[in-house]
Amino acid sequence: MTPLLELKDVTKVFGKKKAYTVALDHMSIGVPEDFPYIITIAGESGSGKTTMGMLLLGFYTPSSGQVLYRGKNIHELTGQEMFSFRQDVQAVFQDPFAVYNPFYKVDNLLSIPIKNFGLASSKRQSRELMERALNGVGLRPEETLGRYPHQLSGGQRQRIAVARALLLKPKLLIADEPVSMVDASLRATLLKALRSLNQDFGIPIIYITHDLTTAYHVSDYIVILYHGSVMEAGEVDPIIRNPKHPYTQILVGSIPWPDPNRPWGDTGVAFPKSVAFDESAPGCKFAPRCPFVFEPCTAKRPPLFQLDDGRAASCYLYQSDETVVRENLMDLFPRKEEAEAAAD
Amino acid sequence: MSEPILQIVDLRVYYHVEAGAVKAVDGVDLDLDPGVKLGLVGESGSGKSTMALALMRMIKEPGKIEGGQMILDGTDLMTLTTEQMRQARLSQLSMIPQGAMNSLHPLLRIEDQIIDGMRDHDPTLTQHELRERVGVLLEAVELNPRVRRMYPHELSGGMKQRAAMAIAISMHPQLIIADEPTSALDVVIQRQVMETLDRLQEELDLSIILIGHDMGLMAQFVDRLAVMYAGRLMELGNTRALFQEPLHPYTDLLIQSLPVLENKGVFTGIPGITPSLLDVPPGCVFNTRCPEATDVCREIVPAFRELQPGRWAACHLHGVVEA
Repeated sequence: MTPLLELKDVTKVFGKKKAYTVALDHMSIGVPEDFPYIITIAGESGSGKTTMGMLLLGFYTPSSGQVLYRGKNIHELTGQEMFSFRQDVQAVFQDPFAVYNPFYKVDNLLSIPIKNFGLASSKRQSRELMERALNGVGLRPEETLGRYPHQLSGGQRQRIAVARALLLKPKLLIADEPVSMVDASLRATLLKALRSLNQDFGIPIIYITHDLTTAYHVSDYIVILYHGSVMEAGEVDPIIRNPKHPYTQILVGSIPWPDPNRPWGDTGVAFPKSVAFDESAPGCKFAPRCPFVFEPCTAKRPPLFQLDDGRAASCYLYQSDETVVRENLMDLFPRKEEAEAAAD
Repeated sequence: MSEPILQIVDLRVYYHVEAGAVKAVDGVDLDLDPGVKLGLVGESGSGKSTMALALMRMIKEPGKIEGGQMILDGTDLMTLTTEQMRQARLSQLSMIPQGAMNSLHPLLRIEDQIIDGMRDHDPTLTQHELRERVGVLLEAVELNPRVRRMYPHELSGGMKQRAAMAIAISMHPQLIIADEPTSALDVVIQRQVMETLDRLQEELDLSIILIGHDMGLMAQFVDRLAVMYAGRLMELGNTRALFQEPLHPYTDLLIQSLPVLENKGVFTGIPGITPSLLDVPPGCVFNTRCPEATDVCREIVPAFRELQPGRWAACHLHGVVEA
């Protein structure tokens, strides 16, 4: 089946000849329609996670490879196809302050898409749609409609942004750090809204974040990126509870869990603070900082090795015959019922 | 028990705007013992950063410290003249500001920024002594000696935060106020910076007030935790005890809303929204969102008092006492 949206061996390079940065390095992932799971794309700043989101949304053009919407290059879509792409693939961004025009009432954010996509035939119908969308994210329409952005809290604004995405009945939602600017007490509410959106309507969500605690809580699958390459990918539970790749181990060990009984894990190894990163080095991208580096690491980039529990790690410590072809990361993210059937 | 290094008594800071007085800090009492790391946690708009600025006496118009005392090592900071306060900053208390990237001077080398404050506080120091001290300070914050000749834009976020730490400890203060020092950093860098701060705290016997909204960071770093909501303290206690058995319903809900390893997929938010600080509800400020609020909560402001040794809370559930 043709995936809804697919990155096909996509590389994105910023900069020129000498001073260049490979933001995303030969990434392939195809998200099917009606896939009720949340996939987290996690990494530190500079890992390429936001670049990946921007490529999926068609805001960046790939340096090589293709971004395909229903099998067609999104930069070659006809007007009509573009129109349906813009409806099917929705985004929620990080900053609930920057997405609003301060001079317009928040209704605008909802009424414009209704108008543009012709979702309502009358004012009353439009109002009904707006109210339903707001209810869907736990907001009371009478408390939100008719107000200006500055009269609402960050959490309310971010929920309206989710409501807007919901309004268009998308087939895929790309959420780039949707809760990082929201207070802790509201994060849970917002993540819950995203989770139910995902499960009730079967909308797959690409959740882009640096926060592994929320990633662990909200998602089913995770991709750990470092300098544009996949370090580890698979089901989120085993990866957070028992990380295999040294980079994931250091990342997970640095999570400040809000639990005094779970102290900052000691990885037991000195982690170099920062090293100059050489884009042209042939080996593993993490090798210069890796405490377990050995011979093959600096010679050739490791492929993704398949581990027993279904996950994959790009690390020679787990060298085996079975490598995951980078053609599609999606192979690591089975539908749960399929996975169960295969196990029988 | 030793004498507290810092005593805050009934501190009130209001911002006077057209619509009235925004009571950003409204009657806060807080003691801090020497060598203790205290966390001040609250949501945005709870008044925690205003508290930090008030301690530094750096509140700007239309804000004003309306009243209260801030007694640092026996001296009420409110009684100091502007010049005395200027001298006290850096030598008695100093601040690591939020986002050091914006607090460093973009056109001065790191060395000159560190020297600037030291020279001002102690004009007798020679150029040679100043340079020598910069070397010691950079080493203390684990920065490469080369950094002394660099400009802020040449440093990463974590390195800039370390440079800000070097400035903060340059004149041996007793108290450091760190306002979300790592909120812009990645987890790995955050941990490394906080570990350095931890080591400095021990070596220099500092008292630290860490301001932030990240309960995870608080759980990992501070000895005592103060929970602030809508300009008032809700609860204060040792971190472990507070996490284990919160006394205030707000603290309880806040802790429940946090993602830990054990409660995957459980999302418990705190219903409702923070009241406007222009118009706080009568009685307890949290009564509009509190699941256990009763009539008395809507009428009488609960006193912030010691319920168990070292554990304070402002809540009528533990007996009605008027503030």
